[in-house]
Amino acid sequence: MLRYSLKRLLGAIPTLLILLTLAFFMMRLAPGGPFDSEKSLPPEIQANLDRKYHLDEPLLQQYGRYLWDLLHGDFGPSFQYRDYTVNELIASGFPVSLRLGLASIAIALVVGVALGTLAALRQNRPADHGIMTLAMTGISIPNFVLAPLLILLFAVHLGWLPAGGWNGGQWRNLVLPVIALALPQVAYIARLMRGSMIEVLRGNAIRTARAKGLPERTVILRHALKPALLPVVSFLGPATAAVITGSVVIEQIFGIPGLGRHFVQGALNRDYTLVMGVVVFYGALIVLLNFVVDLLYAALDPRVRYR
Amino acid sequence: MTEEIRGRSLWQDALARLKRNRAAVTALVLLALIVLLVTAGPWLSPWSLDEIDWDHISTPPSLETRHWFGTDSVGRDLFVRTLHGGRMSLMVGLVATAVSLVIGIAWGATAGYLGGRVDGFMMRVVDILYAMPFMFFVILLMVFFGRDILLIFVAIGAINWLDMARIVRGQTLALKQREFVEAAVACGLTAPRIIARHIVPNLLGVVAVYVTLTIPQVILVESFLSFLGLGVQEPATSWGALVNEGAQEMESAPWSLLFPAGFLAATLFCFNFIGDGLRDALDPRDR
Repeated sequence: MLRYSLKRLLGAIPTLLILLTLAFFMMRLAPGGPFDSEKSLPPEIQANLDRKYHLDEPLLQQYGRYLWDLLHGDFGPSFQYRDYTVNELIASGFPVSLRLGLASIAIALVVGVALGTLAALRQNRPADHGIMTLAMTGISIPNFVLAPLLILLFAVHLGWLPAGGWNGGQWRNLVLPVIALALPQVAYIARLMRGSMIEVLRGNAIRTARAKGLPERTVILRHALKPALLPVVSFLGPATAAVITGSVVIEQIFGIPGLGRHFVQGALNRDYTLVMGVVVFYGALIVLLNFVVDLLYAALDPRVRYR
Repeated sequence: MTEEIRGRSLWQDALARLKRNRAAVTALVLLALIVLLVTAGPWLSPWSLDEIDWDHISTPPSLETRHWFGTDSVGRDLFVRTLHGGRMSLMVGLVATAVSLVIGIAWGATAGYLGGRVDGFMMRVVDILYAMPFMFFVILLMVFFGRDILLIFVAIGAINWLDMARIVRGQTLALKQREFVEAAVACGLTAPRIIARHIVPNLLGVVAVYVTLTIPQVILVESFLSFLGLGVQEPATSWGALVNEGAQEMESAPWSLLFPAGFLAATLFCFNFIGDGLRDALDPRDR
């Protein structure tokens, strides 16, 4: 297991490095410098600014400095919000986004697994068809379409829940954004779970369990659930990435002061360092999560370790 | 006289199965209607894309004013805008899918056919790229290099080839063991020719399924970007941009949200159902 973990960890390093390199050179290749939007500056001031932000050094040296700073967890100053560093903006936005994301993933897992199992147990019967049609609907309605519709129905017409805002993360403010974020993932997980559960239920282990005369409940919960969960576990990586991406629009729609909102505002204001910092931060997070998911998978399925 | 028993090809078999799948057939018909409406519809209306009707600003759908889907907050006709937006969304879907198709097939078939170290390296590249937060990179591209339609096509296409490459590689690995490939090698054909003439044509079944599932994904990505204001720019429009405009007016003018949202969701629904139906028809294991 240790060897496997080390191998996986080594595999994650080039990914991370390529992420950083791509991000850095994309920013440097972009037409125009970070200060072009302002009035044209006298050459001395321009030179001073360039020196301050090390823009006068050779490209490779800048690249080295950038990596070195990142290694120390320094994302640099924000070009737009002059009084804040990118670190401070991330520190203020991320806890909000994390809370939103964790709630969505948790709900997607529980509901998705339950629905998928139910559909598999009622294969090709009305309940199965109903759940699968529902899942297809969840996949086909983008979350940025779902979110305004939810607001229209539950906030504007029925007035049950607030239409937006964060309010320190009160549950009433969380309900609608979490539903909008989780629904597509519920749908994907339900479909995955149904497929793998059907496969597992056909296997010899289940036939044996049934032949022993175990009650159906025990057969499903103790013998079928764990192997059937494997594809869902490996889907956790992409699901998290999708939730992170989705939170960008969801935070925008609901006016939630998370990292995704900073990102969009930064993108629209051409705040290069902020946008870059968020990309690198989220990119590293996704790479890290994929690593954790790999370990989890190996812990659940010993066959993987010996490949 | 005995009746001759005729064999059925894989495709005839699949077609028969597809026809029995009611959801897929319905989706196919609905999609055809949407495409027809989107292509021909704008000519039916007396209004044009960015024409402003000063007498009807933000009015609900009505037959009398000939604004069949109503007007938006500056008095533009939503029927025409929704259909024009549809043209844009569908076009992005097709072009970007084509880009991803070409890269994915070339990459996957080459890796699978050559095997060994080359395969290991090429697939490692795919693995690494797979772990990148691509949506964020596309947004970066839009921010840094301006919001160019062509760039959107290429950027989205460049993301989506990864899955295609993986699937094609897997199929190629199986195909290259077959006798006809051995025969081609024995005839002295070069690797590029074998890939182009013997491997790729046999991949089409899987690719067909995958294309119908990629198109809605691409449309989704484009709408996502346009929704954020980073995709298609005025005066052009797309479903994502319209949903964004509609969402801002939804309390006073819900129709400006509901029509584009409905079209977008219906189109994605159709593509997904057709893709699912095709997959079940070509590979009926799970039914």
